Amino acid sequence: MSVVVENLSKSFITKNDKINTLDNINVEFHKGEFVCILGPSGCGKSTLLNIIAGLEKETAGRVICNGKEVKGAGPDRVVMFQESALFPWLKVIDNVEFGMKLAGIPKDERREKAIKYLKMVHLTRFQDSYIHELSGGMRQRVALARALTLDSEILLMDEPFAALDSQTKNLLQLELQQIWLETRKNIIFVTHNVEEAVLLADRVIVMSANPGTIKKEFHIQLARPRQPENIDLAYLAADIMKELKEEVEKVAKAEFDTDWTSKKDPILSDSDSNMGTGI
Amino acid sequence: MDWLRLWKPYIFPSPIAVFTTLWSLILDGTMSIAVLASAKRIFLGYILSIIIGIVVGLAIVRFKYLDENVSPLILGLQTLPSICWLPFSILWFGLNESAIIFVITIGSTFAVSIAIESGMKNINPLFVRAAKTMGAKGFSLYWNVIIPASLPSIISGLKQGWSFAWRALMAGEMISATKGLGQVLMVGRDLADISQVMAIMIVIVVLGVAVDKLIFGKVEINIRQKWGLDKA
Repeated sequence: MSVVVENLSKSFITKNDKINTLDNINVEFHKGEFVCILGPSGCGKSTLLNIIAGLEKETAGRVICNGKEVKGAGPDRVVMFQESALFPWLKVIDNVEFGMKLAGIPKDERREKAIKYLKMVHLTRFQDSYIHELSGGMRQRVALARALTLDSEILLMDEPFAALDSQTKNLLQLELQQIWLETRKNIIFVTHNVEEAVLLADRVIVMSANPGTIKKEFHIQLARPRQPENIDLAYLAADIMKELKEEVEKVAKAEFDTDWTSKKDPILSDSDSNMGTGI
Repeated sequence: MDWLRLWKPYIFPSPIAVFTTLWSLILDGTMSIAVLASAKRIFLGYILSIIIGIVVGLAIVRFKYLDENVSPLILGLQTLPSICWLPFSILWFGLNESAIIFVITIGSTFAVSIAIESGMKNINPLFVRAAKTMGAKGFSLYWNVIIPASLPSIISGLKQGWSFAWRALMAGEMISATKGLGQVLMVGRDLADISQVMAIMIVIVVLGVAVDKLIFGKVEINIRQKWGLDKA
């Protein structure tokens, strides 16, 4: 079970010119692997995820999932979005059951499984609430439970915690790590947050912008469960940040006035010059 | 008002005159016959318009060709007061119930189909995307996501359709019916009995508001609570 992206390109044609959002992407995601796709805003990382999900069409190339070419969206590749995308006309429990209901799973079995996953995200108390009664963090928990119920081996996440406050975000990151350890799904996680990527991923793919290509891959071989306070994470994050910063500046240069430049910190810009801390 | 002599009693009736007329209309059975006849017509006409409106609305949402070519026509027909159809209606169906029911139906069908069209086009696309990744497509996507997501605007469309239907009914009855509220109102006019005209007007308003509050109001409040739209 793996996802293979082959020579994938995506371009948009606007009034004035052609924009290569994705340019010849080749990448493979393995069974049970947690991969973070990291990049500056506008580098096409969400587009890549949407193409893998089957929600957008590629211009060239293809995505192969389990040996079969992706032709459209399907429950073998569930997506969790930045906004929870829960249905306001359904109760929490019915939202969690939604995918299973579409799959034609009988009512009793469905309910049992929904409760199991609601337990996993610690929200069984709210099963009869409507969505507007939940906070942002709770909504993402419900969305996660809903995605898990479909038993897909691949879970696509499009900046799922980006809209949350930082405490809630930290809590959910740790819980996602725990859930991943329990379920061992192949999670493809799009983010712009370096610390988040380092904390969660086995592998971090850094993308460059204009055109969107894969710039570099980092393998994070740190023991789990990881804690955000871990100093090794900070060094890895600094390494990755260095790679990412160029891209962020490139995007910024394209967007801002020509007189804009970024100021470098003259003292601590490099993890190699750390004078031995963290040994 | 008699002693003030501000206006003649046949120009605007006194509340007491209206009430006594209303009471006598109820007592001699005229009112119940009229209300029943009108209710039967509007029930048939409105149900028909909902069915046709839903079919037309869904077809427009589903087929782009229809959307591009039929939508402007429907919008145009919607602006046409439905009573304009009465001459045709009488030609096609004769001077009978069907003619009036046709006028009611054509009066509210387009409001319903426009509401369904715009309701379904304006739902949050995220709902559809999420549902697709969970395996919804075709009919199940419509049934489980698009229809419930557009229900708030569909209800307001049905409500608008109801008021169009009610107006069309009255217009139709005033011109071509032998019983019904509109006809009783016209009898009042013919006999120069302005308090009867006023009494029927009051009944029409009360019935219209009652249906609005008791049926649509309840559904609307229910939806607003579920969606959390009343929190503001």
